[in-house]
Amino acid sequence: MADGNLFAQQEANRRRSNWLVGGFIVFFAWVGFGGDLAFGLLTADSPPGSYRHVFPFIGIVTSLVAGVICLGAWKRGAERVLWSAGAWEILEPATPEQRQYVNVVEEMAIAAGLPRPRIWLVPDDDPNAFATGRDPQHANIAVTQGLLDTLTRDELQGVVAHEMAHVQNYDTRLMTLLAGMVGAILLLSDGAGRMMRGGSRIGGGRGAGGGRKGGAGALGVIVLVVWLLTLIIAPVVTRVLAMAVSRKREYLADATGAQFTRNPAALASALEKLGSASGATRAITRGAAHLCIVDPSERRLSEREGFLGDLLASHPPLGQRVIRLRGMAFQQEKRAAAELG
Amino acid sequence: MELIILLVVVAVLAFWMIGAYNGLITLKNQVLNAWKQIDVQLKRRHDLIPNLVNTVKGAMEFERGTLEAVISARNKAVAATSVKETARAEGELTQALGRLFALTEAYPELKTNANILSLQEELTSTENKVGFARQHYNDVATTYNTRQSTFPTMLVAGIAKASPAELWEIEDAAERAVPNVNLSLGGTPRP
Repeated sequence: MADGNLFAQQEANRRRSNWLVGGFIVFFAWVGFGGDLAFGLLTADSPPGSYRHVFPFIGIVTSLVAGVICLGAWKRGAERVLWSAGAWEILEPATPEQRQYVNVVEEMAIAAGLPRPRIWLVPDDDPNAFATGRDPQHANIAVTQGLLDTLTRDELQGVVAHEMAHVQNYDTRLMTLLAGMVGAILLLSDGAGRMMRGGSRIGGGRGAGGGRKGGAGALGVIVLVVWLLTLIIAPVVTRVLAMAVSRKREYLADATGAQFTRNPAALASALEKLGSASGATRAITRGAAHLCIVDPSERRLSEREGFLGDLLASHPPLGQRVIRLRGMAFQQEKRAAAELG
Repeated sequence: MELIILLVVVAVLAFWMIGAYNGLITLKNQVLNAWKQIDVQLKRRHDLIPNLVNTVKGAMEFERGTLEAVISARNKAVAATSVKETARAEGELTQALGRLFALTEAYPELKTNANILSLQEELTSTENKVGFARQHYNDVATTYNTRQSTFPTMLVAGIAKASPAELWEIEDAAERAVPNVNLSLGGTPRP
């Protein structure tokens, strides 16, 4: 087993998670203090007696908010993702298929040498699965009812192994943090859009007045424009980031999962079944799309190849993944045949 | 000046040794832990078998030989002590169980019995758990063996009291192959 490689993967994901949190706080600080700066420059020339923005309380507030969001994503991110998907935990398996699901998860935890994760079920007829949690000790694995209904035992094992690989690689930490932050940024951007529509009247009046008086006002307008632009672009950037980060992980998790089950063909046929299910996984919101084994949206962008598909899809094309897995299965059979002579 | 350089070199060497030593000890503990995991799963399998045999006994009276083979294989496996002996006995048990399951296919009332179906799922899962625990043990043990015998970690292997861990190998060529059971020999299926 490529032990050093695994360690490097975990290290890289820990580092990426730290950068993500750092970048997120810096971004919020910029949103806050940039706003303070623009506001301060705009009101610097205003006549004495009227309000001057000197104390940067917006920046302090947004930085604090960012800190709280990060802490929340760290502590409760997994819970929130599960909650938003409407998942419920299987404590005592009620049906034979739930029993089988619990058994399969236990088997894969043993194969990965990790503690047994908490096991969840999403009441949705579209087959899909995801894993979340900040580390293997706080891991959760969830599948939809549709997945249990459509897959055979071996295929289910392949899917669970794929999710277990995400847990082992610390992909789930990165992804869960990202899910918490994407949600927060979307919210902020919506607020900014509303503010811009409402604020254009005030800003326009003040900006024009400040412009006549001198450079500080003009600079204020520029800073304000840049500031608003960041707010508008931020959600797009975070989405592209989320998608890019998650696409590469999928191939890796497919490979690691195949190493657990030693049965790449089962995961390949499971992915084919998941791909041919045409509906959308309605239970899973856009904010958690990058966590899933296949893209939950109805558009199935992941089917499309090429530049746009590459940029926007949260997952690599399913066909590509199936081809790679079948290649692995072929290699394995060839080796086995050679061994038996 | 020379003294400082010497001290730095010694410090770097000492740090490397501590790191390599700790790495080896961590791996050693992982190997021990993985071994315990196999034991846990084997114990589980041994506990499940009497239950299974009791459930199918009534319906499968023609298969007395197969049932007895399962029971005796189980008892041998429980009594085994060394790694090699355990591996062989468990291999035999796996084969005996495989034969039993293949035979249950011939009994329609067993195939629809919820009790036996859930028992069969439990045993399948336990078989898998034994297999995966074994696979994990072999993976960890191989990493451990490679680490302690390759340069430069081999230099501290003696201090860490590291010795090669025994791999759980499949001895029988028969176990390697897919079990092939002829159902026509399994007695007449009851109406």
